[in-house]
Amino acid sequence: MDAVLTVENLNIRFTTPDGEVSAVNEVAFHIGPGESLGVVGESGSGKTQVFLSIMGLLARNGRVSGSARYHGRELIGMPRAELNELRGARIAMIFQDPMTSLNPFLKISKQMTEVLITHKGLSEKAARVRGIQMLERVGIPAAKSRFDLYPHEFSGGMRQRVMIAMALLCEPELLIADEPTTALDVTIQAQILELMAELKRDFNTAIVMITHDLGVVAGLCERVMVMYGGRVVETGGVSQIFYEPRHPYTLGLLRSMPRVDRSRGQALYAIPGQPPNLQALPSGCAFRDRCAFAFERCARERPPLTPAGAGRLKACFKDELTKEALA
Amino acid sequence: MSTVTRDALAGMAEVKGRSLWQDAWRRLLHNKAAVVSMVILAVMALLALFAPWLSPHPYDEVYWERIAIGPDFANAHWFGTDGNGRDLFVRTLYGARVSLMVGVLATGVSLIIGVAWGACAGFFGGRIDNVMMRIVDILYSLPFMFFVILLMVIFGRNIFLIFIALGAVEWLTMARIVRGQTLSIKRREFIEAAHACGVSTAGIIVGHIVPNVLGPVIVYVTLTIPQVIITESFISFLGLGVQEPLTSWGVLISEGARQMETAPWMLIFPASFLAITLFAFNFIGDGLRDALDPKER
Amino acid sequence: MWHYAFKRLLSAIPTMFVIVTLAFFMMRLAPGGPFDKERALPPEIEQNILAAYDLDKPLWYQYLKYLGGLLQGDFGPSYRIRDFSVSELIAQGFPASLQLGATAMIIAVAVGVSLGTVAALRQNSKVDYAVMTVAMTGIALPNFVIAPLLTLVFGVYLSWLPVAGWGEGAIANKILPVIALALPQVAYIARMTRGSMVEVLNANYIRTARAKGLSERLVVVRHAIKGALLPVVSYLGPATAAIITGSVVVETIFSIPGIGRYFVLGALNRDYTLVLGVMVFYAVLIILLNLAVDLIYGLLDPKVRQH
Repeated sequence: MDAVLTVENLNIRFTTPDGEVSAVNEVAFHIGPGESLGVVGESGSGKTQVFLSIMGLLARNGRVSGSARYHGRELIGMPRAELNELRGARIAMIFQDPMTSLNPFLKISKQMTEVLITHKGLSEKAARVRGIQMLERVGIPAAKSRFDLYPHEFSGGMRQRVMIAMALLCEPELLIADEPTTALDVTIQAQILELMAELKRDFNTAIVMITHDLGVVAGLCERVMVMYGGRVVETGGVSQIFYEPRHPYTLGLLRSMPRVDRSRGQALYAIPGQPPNLQALPSGCAFRDRCAFAFERCARERPPLTPAGAGRLKACFKDELTKEALA
Repeated sequence: MSTVTRDALAGMAEVKGRSLWQDAWRRLLHNKAAVVSMVILAVMALLALFAPWLSPHPYDEVYWERIAIGPDFANAHWFGTDGNGRDLFVRTLYGARVSLMVGVLATGVSLIIGVAWGACAGFFGGRIDNVMMRIVDILYSLPFMFFVILLMVIFGRNIFLIFIALGAVEWLTMARIVRGQTLSIKRREFIEAAHACGVSTAGIIVGHIVPNVLGPVIVYVTLTIPQVIITESFISFLGLGVQEPLTSWGVLISEGARQMETAPWMLIFPASFLAITLFAFNFIGDGLRDALDPKER
Repeated sequence: MWHYAFKRLLSAIPTMFVIVTLAFFMMRLAPGGPFDKERALPPEIEQNILAAYDLDKPLWYQYLKYLGGLLQGDFGPSYRIRDFSVSELIAQGFPASLQLGATAMIIAVAVGVSLGTVAALRQNSKVDYAVMTVAMTGIALPNFVIAPLLTLVFGVYLSWLPVAGWGEGAIANKILPVIALALPQVAYIARMTRGSMVEVLNANYIRTARAKGLSERLVVVRHAIKGALLPVVSYLGPATAAIITGSVVVETIFSIPGIGRYFVLGALNRDYTLVLGVMVFYAVLIILLNLAVDLIYGLLDPKVRQH
């Protein structure tokens, strides 16, 4: 079975008034049919840019090089007309803030039917029927009467559902979700994630879940890719990542998740230091200033991404991490 | 202080800070059009300032034997003479004096009124803000030009009246800008922090709000001056502005337009000066706007 | 929507009221004006004015009479031009001014929006810089500079177009004045359209539209335009005021028999009633047009339309 998406050696550079910034370096991964991949990292780690570049949505001052193939077809540099046949139909993307991601001047009905009319050649009537069906599917009550409303007439959680419905109209093979729940409160967050898990099962859509929150990844994803400073630092299955992290950054992320079962007196853990300034990266490993395990080799050489067991990769010179070492 | 804060602060010290103004100044200097414009304006200002000394002819002296002649270097009439036989070069420079002075002073008046109004509206918020801005909205759509002319007609063409009338016309947008900035700054965290540390209201206004409002205000001032100059020229063009023998570019252009077919230099010289000055101010204003808020581009 | 419209109407009325009251008092304050006791007037005008303004009656009576007159479209007799009332003069000048102003406005919007959109779509290209430079010219140069220059080039040197006069509304006579009047607004609108279009094109919802695989044409025409044009619609109000103001100069330069020219003549002759009458007329016109623009804006913006 060939992979839905194969990315190799993806690099993204931005031209800014202060010089060139390397936002993404040598990123590589693949996604199989129906698979779900969690992409985890802080803001500035490059996780969103990777997928914006694949979708041809990179900002004007960005340059992407490398390869991203959808069933063998090269997406990087693909002419827009061709890309438009895939975007929204075979590969869909939803974004973080549903309020600003939906056009405030158009009714939801219009924004949804246009996808079906453009990609599937449906008539307006048929598209409306499909649209309402999909709204019901994502759990919008009284979908028919709500279909002709404007985005501002929906609540935050419902708007995100609308976005998801809109993205799934053409039953795409791959859905890229960029922090879809970050702007919502926790209870709604849980509902949306549950919805996505259901839809994944029903439509067999491969999902990429971009997030900074490991908790979101746990319920939904089979594999995880951790990014830091524009590079991949660790990949693996979700249980492996959670129970045997191989990179100190992953360990830090796990430790900083607030837990109900810790005693109340204990201080919340935060990874010391700041996210790196991409224009002034430290030599060697980008994480070394904040790493409890760092030794002098980390300052001299950048650790390459190396296999660390079946289906696992890590970019760290340390062989194994022990939780006790951090206490 | 928690571990997180201490380390965060330490991290921040690493990145070299640059003040907003230094950044903006550097960006402005990169803008060729703006730099050239600043030089041109400086030259214009000097010409206006030293006008009486730059020509052997007084601005109101009539040369009966040399009426409406073209540029005549033999007699030091660099721009020729006007329809009354007065040297055009020196009159153009005197026109510069009037136009620039009116521009700057009237803008100053509008600055004072606009900033005061906008800052109050923004700072006090609520009903006061509503009422004040409602008034601005209503006044904004009225053709104040007519009102200024009306004042000229009724009360005579006093140059000070012109300053005040023009200033009173242009303050509206300034008030809006200042109010918008004040509102957005008021809500920012560092104001709350200052409050929490016990800084007085006046202290907050002077120390925090003013420096942050300054940016757009400076841009707008630079763009208002040409507007005022245009308005003054407009009414002078119609013959309702400054009185004889004083002159402004508007008056000169009006005279020039009438003689355009036979003596085009009478139109071209003052029109060029006006155009160049207006362009210069606009380029600088645009440059400042780009320098202070590069996102705009 | 109705609530919004009603609110707008409510604020329009006091504005007109204020202007009218101001006009009333300005008239009476003017030295050498119709109400100045020291005036020396030809007897016919004196009679007209006494009759029109009931100067021996109490102030409140005069005021109400003035208001009443206005509501019937009576601005009083012209102070200097005998045998004509101000409203007759305004009615005479209105057709020419209307043609001039309306044409200029339509051209300003059509050309301005098109240029601005093209510039925004080709951001930072040569086309963009060219359009923005032309726009800068229109904004920086006042129409009383552009008008004579255009006349010099096209009327005198090239002799393509008549230099002045309305020629009973012949098209050739209309070209230069309309261009001179429209040019600054073309510039403003082009700039504004470009700016807001660029901003809209960077908005998140445009990114979503592209992510859905819509053609760039659909993205611009269906998704971007509405958001981009709203600020331009708001600007139509001040644009009208600017065109009316500009018409004063353009009509004077090209000797067009419109209201603006009467205004200037009145101002130069100290014909107070004429000047005030024109000002009140224009002010009321602008307020009504602004109201119309506000209502159009309300129809276009769904957030306003709902409430």
